[in-house]
Amino acid sequence: MLNKYPAWKNILILLVVIWGLLYSLPNLYPDDPALQISHESLELTAGDMPIITTALEAAQVDFFGEEVDSESIHIRLNSLDDQLRAKTAIEDALTDDYIVALNLAPTTPGWMQAIGAGKMNLGLDLQGGVHFLMEVDMDAAIERRMEDNLSNIRTILREQRIRSRGLNLVSNTHLEVRFADTEDRSQARSELNSNFPELQIQSREAEGVFILDLRMTPETALQIQRDTLQANRTTLLNRVDALGVAEPTVQQQGSDRIIVELPGLQDPAQAIRILQRIATLEFHLEAELGAPSLSYETYTYEGVPVNVDNDVILQGDRVSNAVYSLDQNSQPQVLLNLDAQGGNQINRITRDNVGRLMDVLLIETKSRTVTSINEAGEAVEETEFYEEKELIMHAVIRSALGRQFSVTGLSPREASDLAPLIRSGSLAAPMTIVEQSVIGPSMGQENKEAGILGVQVAAALVVLFMAAYYRVFGLAANAALIMNILMIIAVMSSIIPATLTLPGIVGIVLTVGMAVDANVLIFTRIREELANGFSPQKAIDAGYDRAFTTILDANLTTFLVAAVLYSIGTGPVRGFAITLMIGIITSMFTAIVGTRAIINLVYGGKSVKTLSIGGSIKPVVAQA
Amino acid sequence: MLIEKQIDFMGQRRIAGFASAALVVISIISLAVNSLELGLDFTSGTSVRLGYSESVVMSEVNQTLDDNGYEDAVVVSFGSDREIRVILAVDENVAIGDQAAQAAVVGETIAALLGSNSSSEVTLLGSDYVSSKVGSELAESGGIGMLVALGIIMAYISVRFQFKFAVGAVVALAHDLIITLGIFSVFRMEFNLNTLAALLAIIGYSLNDTIVVSDRIRENFRRMRKGSSIEMVNTALNQTLSRTLITSLTTLLVLLSILFIGGESTQGFAIALIIGVVTGTYSSIYIASNVILYMNVTREDLMLPVKEGAELDNLP
Repeated sequence: MLNKYPAWKNILILLVVIWGLLYSLPNLYPDDPALQISHESLELTAGDMPIITTALEAAQVDFFGEEVDSESIHIRLNSLDDQLRAKTAIEDALTDDYIVALNLAPTTPGWMQAIGAGKMNLGLDLQGGVHFLMEVDMDAAIERRMEDNLSNIRTILREQRIRSRGLNLVSNTHLEVRFADTEDRSQARSELNSNFPELQIQSREAEGVFILDLRMTPETALQIQRDTLQANRTTLLNRVDALGVAEPTVQQQGSDRIIVELPGLQDPAQAIRILQRIATLEFHLEAELGAPSLSYETYTYEGVPVNVDNDVILQGDRVSNAVYSLDQNSQPQVLLNLDAQGGNQINRITRDNVGRLMDVLLIETKSRTVTSINEAGEAVEETEFYEEKELIMHAVIRSALGRQFSVTGLSPREASDLAPLIRSGSLAAPMTIVEQSVIGPSMGQENKEAGILGVQVAAALVVLFMAAYYRVFGLAANAALIMNILMIIAVMSSIIPATLTLPGIVGIVLTVGMAVDANVLIFTRIREELANGFSPQKAIDAGYDRAFTTILDANLTTFLVAAVLYSIGTGPVRGFAITLMIGIITSMFTAIVGTRAIINLVYGGKSVKTLSIGGSIKPVVAQA
Repeated sequence: MLIEKQIDFMGQRRIAGFASAALVVISIISLAVNSLELGLDFTSGTSVRLGYSESVVMSEVNQTLDDNGYEDAVVVSFGSDREIRVILAVDENVAIGDQAAQAAVVGETIAALLGSNSSSEVTLLGSDYVSSKVGSELAESGGIGMLVALGIIMAYISVRFQFKFAVGAVVALAHDLIITLGIFSVFRMEFNLNTLAALLAIIGYSLNDTIVVSDRIRENFRRMRKGSSIEMVNTALNQTLSRTLITSLTTLLVLLSILFIGGESTQGFAIALIIGVVTGTYSSIYIASNVILYMNVTREDLMLPVKEGAELDNLP
């Protein structure tokens, strides 16, 4: 029958509506400010609770809902203000190896959490916090790998007793090894070929010297980029933990950037100190007496010049843990643990070199701006990284070292600074902050309130207009409109864990304006068909039918634009694009299927003389 | 009632064409001469947002900053009379790696400085730092995005409608974008990341309008046996007029509420879109249809493709 949906279709629509209501509901429950207290290595138990509650009582901060879960303690506070005071009070009461993180605890009822209904993630612009965009220096990462290769090649040649006349880096992807004759060279070539599949090897002869050119393949360089980005991201995640932020975001962007978002944090300077400090260790042997002057560099150690061999016997990223302590003479030391490969490496080298001196260099990477002239003759600013190396340990190898040993010769401050720095993982490559934004908590709150009010006012205006202009049909469109907003929220809360930002709210508002477009198209078409002399039932059917292709074309093209926006954009642009895309899809459902179901319920299956669709069109009597 | 009266839109097509061409030329000239007032997102530097407990005396703020070594700082009011934004250029003497750290501190410093030299309480609302590298990339990817979007739309309309309609739609879009950018340039309004997003949203909106009109033109060509191309287009424009106006109205209602209520951060976005909606409504009536007529659209262009089977049946 005309204008009657089958029962299954109505039930399906009803189910979708219920789903939308249910999964958008949790957003009505505001979170409690909370603190999460954990320990670097221990699991917290109920036994740790009294220290915390006593500290809070002493500071006269009201709290509630304290609980212990797997590893940490959670405490809820009444206000954001109390949260900060409580954090200070608890930090004072506990030692430094406890981490007190600002957190938000959900207040949604248990059954909602049980069905997986949660809240939307709010972007930093809506809740305050610090945002960084960091750029990784990939050239440095690649160069470092080549330095490693250089050192390994030297070891292999020595082990295989192949004599070379020196080897050195030509560029950061190219190194050369020189030989006195072709025999040595071909022997080396076959040896290196099997050991270094990542290097392309070519033979060359120049001025009586036989040379092997080893170049890194582009695929390897790409792989190093990927690995480096991943390694830096992991390191940043570890470092961020030290900042006491409950839900940090550390995500890759493009091929060489990392976004760090720290909700709730208000001191960017502290964050930068911890995130950006780049320090690695390098282990070397002291150069032997009479070694060629190109094979070592000279550093000063306690006022005395020391010649440090250029070969790195161990890179700092082999260090798996570092702890600050005092040795038997009450001198500060850092106890190092190496990973398995690092342990083997240092053992092999120190075994053969007992009695020689081992040097440890602390390398801090800094950057500066240099201006150069590009091909077009314009002055271009570029970031240039440079390293500051300091010799921090110069000690005799007394026996073969294993996976655990200590670094001494540090001042107490140096030792206590160095330990956590090494522990949080050294960065695989240096990074600079290229973008930073701090949003104060009041600003976030303001944005949120303004955004929500904007949506409400916009929706109210559109709803009033539609009801006045299209009467009963307008009401159907309004029901669909409200359903559409709820469904966008429900989708963002559960299916696509997208973050809601201020531009995202604008996207929702814009969808509100444009979602009624589908209904306007349908309703004007129905009016037109009525004016053409169609019966009300036929006009409804024809109106929906004929408007459909137009709506589909219009929405599809807009969706394509939103998809382009999403794929090229970052941050705010993406936030806008994602809500726009979700809104287009949900509005197709609510504006076409949803309103049709309502109209069918009101008018369908009975004899209708007039339609309440507004306008000055004379009601047309059905011409049977 | 709007749909009962036939308006001869295409009668004015030459006048409209000249008017649009003039606006586009003015916009391009302004963009070439004035260029755009690029925001921090596209340039570089540090921007500090400050909140005052009383209304801000701008001259006082400028004076305090000048006296304390921030001569180059630009102070702009930000929405209300109690909020300002202080924009500082990147200090060339600071290493790039340390600029962010410096930006983090400069906010606190300026807030304290202005607070101690003012009767009102000054709070730091937030700060932004953008290095020059990121900014230029954004502008580039935004431009590419716009071209990609236009290309995809052209392909889609060519397939769904016909090539002449695709040209009409893209010319209309370019018209809207150039005029919106031109207005931003003439009135020296800040062009930032939000405005860029708005421009891309305008593509979506204006396209929506154009497609609805094109759809109707196509339908009329297929259904109506008689009438010139101009009559077909005119009828379609009249048939869709009430829808065009109502949708523009609801969208404008929504944008005005963003403009007045949504807070400062989204104002640029709302303004750009309002301009875009107005030009988009106009261009879907005059530009797209005009181009289609200019390209001599015929009924044959829009006939449904004849099925192969049908053709075979007619063979002798």
